[in-house]
Amino acid sequence: MIEARALSMRYGDRRVFRDVDVELADGAFLLVTGPNGSGKTTLLRVLAGLTAPTSGELRRPERHTIGYLGHDPLVYRELTPLENLALFGRLYRLPERGERIGMLLERFGLWGVRHERVSTFSRGMQQRLGLCRVLLHDPQLLLLDEPYNALDAQGAALLDDLLGEDRTHVVATHEPQRVEARATQRLAFA
Amino acid sequence: MSYFGDVVALTRKDLLLELRAKETLPSMLLFVLAALTIFHFALPRGAGHTAALGLLWSALIFTALLGLTRAFVAEREQGMFDALVLAPCDRSAIWLAKSLAVLAFLAAAEVVALPAFAAFFSGIGGRTIAAVALADLGIAAVGTLFGAMAVAGRARELLLPLLFLPMAIPIVVGGVGGYLWFLVLYDAIFVVLAWATFEYVVAEV
Amino acid sequence: MKLPAFAAATAGLVALAVALVFFYVPSDADQGFSQRIFYFHVPIALTSYVCFGWGAWKALRYLRSRDARADTESYVAIHQGVMFGALTLITGSIWAKASWGVWWSWGENQLVLFLVLFLFYCAYFMLRFSVDAGASRANMSAVYALFGVVLIPVSFLAIRLSQNFIHPVVFNSHGPQMTGAQFLTFCVSFAAVLALFATLYRVELAGKRIDAHLRELRELLA
Repeated sequence: MIEARALSMRYGDRRVFRDVDVELADGAFLLVTGPNGSGKTTLLRVLAGLTAPTSGELRRPERHTIGYLGHDPLVYRELTPLENLALFGRLYRLPERGERIGMLLERFGLWGVRHERVSTFSRGMQQRLGLCRVLLHDPQLLLLDEPYNALDAQGAALLDDLLGEDRTHVVATHEPQRVEARATQRLAFA
Repeated sequence: MSYFGDVVALTRKDLLLELRAKETLPSMLLFVLAALTIFHFALPRGAGHTAALGLLWSALIFTALLGLTRAFVAEREQGMFDALVLAPCDRSAIWLAKSLAVLAFLAAAEVVALPAFAAFFSGIGGRTIAAVALADLGIAAVGTLFGAMAVAGRARELLLPLLFLPMAIPIVVGGVGGYLWFLVLYDAIFVVLAWATFEYVVAEV
Repeated sequence: MKLPAFAAATAGLVALAVALVFFYVPSDADQGFSQRIFYFHVPIALTSYVCFGWGAWKALRYLRSRDARADTESYVAIHQGVMFGALTLITGSIWAKASWGVWWSWGENQLVLFLVLFLFYCAYFMLRFSVDAGASRANMSAVYALFGVVLIPVSFLAIRLSQNFIHPVVFNSHGPQMTGAQFLTFCVSFAAVLALFATLYRVELAGKRIDAHLRELRELLA
């Protein structure tokens, strides 16, 4: 699914990482660990196609098969969950999105607040909406950057379920205990 | 025609956001009235119609700049460029949608500004109205593109006037002089250029 | 041609041009000795256009190939263009002062155009300073450079039009057709300034390439 060789990333004089290889088959689970600021986020952005690596080769699947969740949940704060998901549903060319949106909101416990603006939500609820957005187009590859951040116990349990589903996962976290068991590959940043 | 479906969805989003925030449009309206008032004091007695027109166009350009500076604030502060760039839609749709929203704000500001100008200074003819409409297209197209550039850097709001004002000079000339054909030419060239190059501005690859 | 030899040839050309301008070409009947600055001012202005055009071309190459070198070349060309543009404004101002007694004339289309372009391309550098080095900065610089080169004819047209409603100061700017001697001097001067651009361009690029190599070496050793 992903094949990356000798990825290096540099911003001006600051080197973020060097010579990273990633090879992910379908269904693999890559756990990326390391302290904050070690380059995990940058690597995920490179894999998602948001940032070009300074050097190296990267082969990855098409945009519409990738779901990326960064440090921000990436939703419009002054819109409601319904409006946010309707917009992204349209942008991802999803037919019959109403049903899928409803199903996702229900699953992540946001159906009751579907008409409220995201700015009124707690950080945990925003993160859950972010997960809805990520899953909306049913991606084959999930790239999650510190997804457990800000989630409460209920949210974390929902995320556990999600990670068990049949997809390829890349999860970056500085607290790997939660997902340790699922990992088929590991990448540690210093 | 999923491209236009994308544009419609994105434009609706931009208009909806402004409707909720109620920041940009009221500021623009207030600003243009304040600017016209200041310009009244800047005009000496006996100044001709052309001089007054020049000040109208100055007020419009700076009001537009005010609106353009706010154009990509949500995207920048909430990191939404990432979400939009990841979607399989054409990147130029983002530009087109935002330009249409900016155009709407400009038109709304001018609905207030032009009658105010007619009342404060002297009447305006159909030619000026047509020029303003044509100029709006160029301002929205170019300003939106440069607005996206400006928010990507550190200087943010400070940078947009520097980038935009040289490009606005031909617009002011076309407007004050009433050279409608020139404004059409300007629009044709720069709308196409902006549409074609936006994807490079918004993507980090 | 190797850079040192090229630089030497450029120096020779510049010396020749200066000699021709000051000693060979006859004084202009109307404006006297000071008119000679025309032989520098116009070639410098034209070279500026070449710089911006070359910068835009490299910008286009960059957008096609995403090769960082094309971005550097575009940047250097535009950098030179701004320098020559500043020189254009200065020589133009000196010429205006010497010929007509004023430091600036809004009636001189070329001068006004350069002011607009100067503002535009200075903003180019503000843009580059504002963004960290990387693909983003190169992309945006390239797009801005393309806008700049398209702006040149559009602005020129606008300035021509503006003379209709801004009272033009009626000055006799360039005079009648050039004689043989004048044309020769002009051409040599133009060639000299172009060569100067090419030399400075190659020198600055060489410097940047060395910087890049150095950085790479430091990378490998780290």
